[in-house]
Amino acid sequence: MMNSSGAPDAVRIEDLHVRRGGRLVLPGVSLSIRRGTVTGLLGPSGSGKTTLIRSIVGVQIVESGNVTVLDRPAGAPELRRRVAYVTQAPSVYGDLTVRENLRYFAGVLGVAGDEVDEAIRTVGLGDLADQVVRTGSGGERSRVSLAAALLGAPELLVLDEPTVGLDPVLRRDLWNTFHRLADGGATLLVSSHVMDEAERCDDLVLVRDGRIVATGTPQELRDRTGREDLEDAFLVIAEAA
Amino acid sequence: MSIRVTGATAGRVLRQLRRDPRTLALLLVVPPLLLTILKYVFEGQEESFERIGGPLVGLFPFITMFLVTSIAMLRERTTGTLERLMSMPLAKLDLLVGYGLAFALVAAVQATVAAVVGFGLLGLESEGSLWLVVAIAILNAVLGMALGLFLSAFAQTEFQAVQFMPAVVLPQILLAGLFVPREDMARFLELISDVLPLTYAYDALARITAGDTGGRLALDVAVVCGCIVLALALGATTLRRRTA
Repeated sequence: MMNSSGAPDAVRIEDLHVRRGGRLVLPGVSLSIRRGTVTGLLGPSGSGKTTLIRSIVGVQIVESGNVTVLDRPAGAPELRRRVAYVTQAPSVYGDLTVRENLRYFAGVLGVAGDEVDEAIRTVGLGDLADQVVRTGSGGERSRVSLAAALLGAPELLVLDEPTVGLDPVLRRDLWNTFHRLADGGATLLVSSHVMDEAERCDDLVLVRDGRIVATGTPQELRDRTGREDLEDAFLVIAEAA
Repeated sequence: MSIRVTGATAGRVLRQLRRDPRTLALLLVVPPLLLTILKYVFEGQEESFERIGGPLVGLFPFITMFLVTSIAMLRERTTGTLERLMSMPLAKLDLLVGYGLAFALVAAVQATVAAVVGFGLLGLESEGSLWLVVAIAILNAVLGMALGLFLSAFAQTEFQAVQFMPAVVLPQILLAGLFVPREDMARFLELISDVLPLTYAYDALARITAGDTGGRLALDVAVVCGCIVLALALGATTLRRRTA
């Protein structure tokens, strides 16, 4: 699968309809995400970001439309090893230590033990590796959840608001990690409701009320709107939509 | 299904229990304590204590593992770890068997402790082998675990999950023939008890302690095993890869 720019797509969505609780949350979304990029999925809370993410991971029951991930239908069994997903709420075992959590997920993936230590270091939890997760802060718990997603060198990482509540220094380090992974060929889809993270993405997807109102690189969005500040650019786009 | 993933899951469940020493202590201490109370409740009625106490050793794991699994699985569902596992290369059977192995091991220890106290210290007697009692106790633990896992899907809160215990477990214990022989019950209750798995679990234990290891025992064990498979299959249907 190739897109107009010639790079292969990691994700391709065609006319996706998703209904949740009787409400049409995604009324026909089409989107493609380039391989080897960090793509930011931006929009206010309640705009349908999480539903879109869940559809890409293949855990969402969809009404109609096609979602293709790494050339397979989303949720295909062979993708369970190639796609990693971090939910907004940290989905880890609070009664186990950081290392015990990661060892278990590594065991499920069949990944060697040294990857566990590397993942713990990457998210900056080296000193807390033997601490029981429940006793840590919210930010620490979400980092454990993120570390679990780094195991097994997934080709697509789908991260739902992974940097909420984190220390700015750590946030910068994580974004550097995201780009290092993308340089290594992985594709990252990172959702956020804070616009200041937009600058750090290669590509941006702006969602509002279940519709995609703009896509492009940060520079393209600036050029299109004539605004230097991305937040202002988004405002122009949102008001025009 | 993979041995590696199943083993990792069983190890993880055991590690979680180890991190909770109070629960572990309660699992081991409560059955001997209840047996001791029972002995003195039936003071001067040795025969009643014998009839109830022996099989009870093998029934405790059913009750405790039902409760522990309902809560553990509810937590997996509400904290999102189940959704994470379902998006990973883990077969549903890996999760079911992993839980089963972990709780079977705990049940083996629990039933052994209860058997040592009951048959060793409190004077319970069994015509059949105590290892058979422990073996049935393990089967009962797996049955309790499978039912707890299935029913946890119908609870939204831990309060609700805990209420399944009196709703699902107590009627089965009352109807199993433990306190009153089934043939002495109202006819409709006896008919209901015919289709409850614990009836067969109790019957197996009563036969072992009475030294009757004939064909009916094999039938009881077969029915309990069949119920385990059925409960696991029902449980598997509640583990969803995709949700609304």
